[in-house]
Amino acid sequence: MTVNAGTGMGKPFWLALAMAMALVAVGVLQSWNVALAILNLQLISAVMALGVNIQWGYGGLFNFGIMGFTALGGLAAVLVAMPPVPEAWAAGGGGMALAAVTMAGTAAAVWALHRLIKVKALRGPAVALVFVAGLALTRWFYGPSVAAIEAVDSSVTGFLGGLGLPIILSWLAGGVLAAAVAWVIGRITLGLQSDYLAIATLGISAALVAVLRNEDWLARGVKNVTTLPRPVPYEQDLHGQAWFIDLAGRVGMEPSLLSGIVVKALYALLFGVVLLVLFWLSHRALHSPWGRMMRAIRDNRDAAEAMGKDVTRRHLQVFVLGSAVVGIAGAMLVTLNGQFTPASYAPFRYTFLIWVMVIVGGSGNNGGAVLGGFLVWFLWVQAEVGGPWLITALTSGLQEDSPLRQHLLNVAPHTRQLLMGLILLVVLRLSPRGLLPEQSSKHSPGPQQIGTEPS
Amino acid sequence: MPDPFLIGETITCGYGDTTILHGCTISVEKGEIAVIVGPNGAGKSTAMKAVFGLLTLRGGSVRLGGRDISTLTPPDRVAAGMGFVPQTNNVFPSLTVRENLEMGAYLRPHDIEARIEQLAGLFPILQERSRQPAGELSGGQRQQVAVARAMMTQPKVLMLDEPTAGVSPILVQELFARIQEIAAAGIAVLIVEQNARQALSLADKGFVLVQGKNRFTGTGQDLLNDPDVRQSFLGG
Amino acid sequence: MKQPSHPRPSPVDSKVVGATAETNRPPRPWRPPWWMAVGVALGLVVLALVSREGGGVNLLNALVRFANFVVIPGISYGSQLALGALGVTLIYAVMRFSDFAHGDTMAFGAMGVILTTRVLQGMGISAGPLPTALLALPFGILGAITLALVFDRAVYRFYRRQRAAPVTFVIASIGALFVTNGLVRLIIGPGDQRFADGVRFIFRVQEFKEMTGLSEGLALRTTQVITLAVAVIVVLGLFLFLNRTSLGKAMRAYADNEDLALLSGINPERVALWTWIIAATLATIAGTLYGLDKSFKPFTYFQLLLPIFASAIVGGIGKPLGAIAGGFVVAFSEIAFTYPYRKILGYLGFETDSLVQLLSTDYKFAVSFIILVVVLIWRPRGIFQGRLV
Repeated sequence: MTVNAGTGMGKPFWLALAMAMALVAVGVLQSWNVALAILNLQLISAVMALGVNIQWGYGGLFNFGIMGFTALGGLAAVLVAMPPVPEAWAAGGGGMALAAVTMAGTAAAVWALHRLIKVKALRGPAVALVFVAGLALTRWFYGPSVAAIEAVDSSVTGFLGGLGLPIILSWLAGGVLAAAVAWVIGRITLGLQSDYLAIATLGISAALVAVLRNEDWLARGVKNVTTLPRPVPYEQDLHGQAWFIDLAGRVGMEPSLLSGIVVKALYALLFGVVLLVLFWLSHRALHSPWGRMMRAIRDNRDAAEAMGKDVTRRHLQVFVLGSAVVGIAGAMLVTLNGQFTPASYAPFRYTFLIWVMVIVGGSGNNGGAVLGGFLVWFLWVQAEVGGPWLITALTSGLQEDSPLRQHLLNVAPHTRQLLMGLILLVVLRLSPRGLLPEQSSKHSPGPQQIGTEPS
Repeated sequence: MPDPFLIGETITCGYGDTTILHGCTISVEKGEIAVIVGPNGAGKSTAMKAVFGLLTLRGGSVRLGGRDISTLTPPDRVAAGMGFVPQTNNVFPSLTVRENLEMGAYLRPHDIEARIEQLAGLFPILQERSRQPAGELSGGQRQQVAVARAMMTQPKVLMLDEPTAGVSPILVQELFARIQEIAAAGIAVLIVEQNARQALSLADKGFVLVQGKNRFTGTGQDLLNDPDVRQSFLGG
Repeated sequence: MKQPSHPRPSPVDSKVVGATAETNRPPRPWRPPWWMAVGVALGLVVLALVSREGGGVNLLNALVRFANFVVIPGISYGSQLALGALGVTLIYAVMRFSDFAHGDTMAFGAMGVILTTRVLQGMGISAGPLPTALLALPFGILGAITLALVFDRAVYRFYRRQRAAPVTFVIASIGALFVTNGLVRLIIGPGDQRFADGVRFIFRVQEFKEMTGLSEGLALRTTQVITLAVAVIVVLGLFLFLNRTSLGKAMRAYADNEDLALLSGINPERVALWTWIIAATLATIAGTLYGLDKSFKPFTYFQLLLPIFASAIVGGIGKPLGAIAGGFVVAFSEIAFTYPYRKILGYLGFETDSLVQLLSTDYKFAVSFIILVVVLIWRPRGIFQGRLV
């Protein structure tokens, strides 16, 4: 394994061991339930970091739209696993279909006009006219259908529902959905260079989440979908059964406690399998001729272009693949939570934190990205607990009801933002290539290209 | 023998692993025009960059007026009296012509008006287009602004890297005439030129570099008349 | 060489300078196509014709309603965006990276203003009819400048000396974003803060109705007028600084051609220092005006980052005039695309049941991204031909 090759043999092992020890410590000191809950989100974070690493580490693409693809994965979970709502389909399905047709028609007409009209002065007004007319027509069908769909038992459904398939299929579907949307976004934005691409994708992801938040007919918007089925048994089903109570007795644990642990462990098993498979696949890809070509393009785009590589096409590939991995993680996350809450998607948590994972872990190195996912998530969660603990200790000299102490205790969980920022800045300064730097290549991606090229 | 006013003596330097100059010597006296010529890849521009401090020396030294300046940074060399006109990107495109000159005088902001007036005698364009952004000028006009900007630093040595690149042939004569006037005012002028024949005809001293070494050195006229030089570099 | 570890790059071939080669072409100013003017004129004529039944009153009512709900909010929101975008564009022009922490710098500065306002209020000091926050502004600005300079010394200067790639700066600014965000939440908390005091309205809807006898009213809040006035003063001051002072010209020169600026003896550290000072000042003013006009909440300021980037890019990043134009384009589009025009159309004789709203209000922020993407695709250098990344 190249990940462990060379001087790095010791380092990844020790870092991984330290991470495992930290989890065990949490298990012993806090509780095994907490440790497993952290582990599950670490696994999901690692998958996300892997996706970002595919785009940034392999391709040098500055995608700040991670949040959007995570949310799309979550949407896929709803669309695959929720039972369909036939009344809603009857009430507004036809209208929605017509709206979709007119929308597509408008897009096609705008595109055609843009191509066909040669006179520049006419093109603008004509396109604008068709666009506004198309929008009006679409809304004509769309408005009443939305109202009809959302009126169907709005406190429980009020949306079209899904396919009613096992939720585990949605992990695949999440990847496919994210990949499809990434293809469209990539076609539009991949001509842009670093900063612009970052800003554009950040904006598009915010727009995507705005859609999920407001289009109640699709996935209930901010009313949330809270009744998603599970791929693993429910706790109460477990500890009602004789063999389980028996098992709990033998382990010497409360059945209710053990059931929680077992369920979480089952999730961890599923996520772990996904992570391993994706890790293996991306490892193979990175060390294939394709991966070498990607890195060549990243390190010297002009030279690769001069050699006849279709850079934009390769970038689109890597953008779609990375987004698909993020989409899978998004679906897993919603599966774990058992609910889809569009309002919870914030760029801090779902875009920038993932970036911190990749940069801290080591961009261009899959092992580094995974380690970054584990480490940063651990710190992010533990800082929320540690902050108040620290403040309590620091302010123990103050009166119990002192306003300063009260204020500090109230805001203490936010120390984690500060901590993340400091970790990122320190790692970027002292170890700019991350904790586990990329090894197979002499060159490294953007942030490590320091100094100027000789002329 | 007294030191020349500016001398880069037995300079060795290069980029990364490759060494381009091997013990090359370039010098110029006050009021003199020295020209560096040679085939492509001979290290002409590299020699000038080394003298100006844009590259770290691996051997040899640079002395200005007897003082060793080998360790000074380029901005410090500007302060010490060296003016440099890069080959490209040698003006501030969005600043007006006037502002370009003011930037040249940034370190010595006294008597700006007098200096601009003096330079306007040399390059009338400075007055005519004074409020126009330098980026809107033609190549030849821009070159004049670039030279004038460097002159605003009140240099004792003016170094020009291929000043005639991108300038129309009619204006090349004109530009060389102005450079001769600058030298006549007692300033040492060092030029790297692609246009060897024309440059040597006005040079007091010429350096022909080949593969990073001095091949021929002499007065411009001598070099022009030398059959070897003519044969190999001036096309007969 | 003084710094043998980082050989000075050549001014001729350096990559940074290569980017400015693009700007060597004469910049073409953007002129609105003639058909726009004709279209607006035609539209007004048609509107005047259809509204003749109710006389000029209905047309006036429509105009007043439009002014009250679109024009006035647009102007004050546009001013706030423009001030924010000016900071982003200055940092971009001089330091060549998009500062993702700028929204949170705005929050940090505004937080300083709020805290000082509370102290001043506690001491019984007020600005009479004007918000006390105006008195507190200098303290907030000082706070933001301190923060910006700490980041510059501790973080950005290191990468500047290494001449690191712009992406490194962007990632470092993500670190600054986290730290600033954490500081703001730690110091003032994540909640909503209202700190506008003084006279709330210059005139109210009711007063306007009584004065004019129209059925539509127009309200003008003190904060809206202050926003515009402060923005105009600040922008004039900034342009005087950039075009008249030696330091301002040096900043423009450095932004134009870094290497030639070095050769002219311009000190890059001094330019960077003043860029941060100005950007932090602009950020605090923009943040305070936004907070006065709406309310202060740390998260909103992070959200403002996107419309601000959109403004800077739409105008042409690196161009101060473009940032101002972009701010108003984005602000007016956000409001105009999400405003329901039913009542206005009603006054003009088009009765309808639909709201006549192009997009639901929930998509207000999304409008700026749509503009951003459209501009990036069709005119990537913005209205004023800004720099390419």
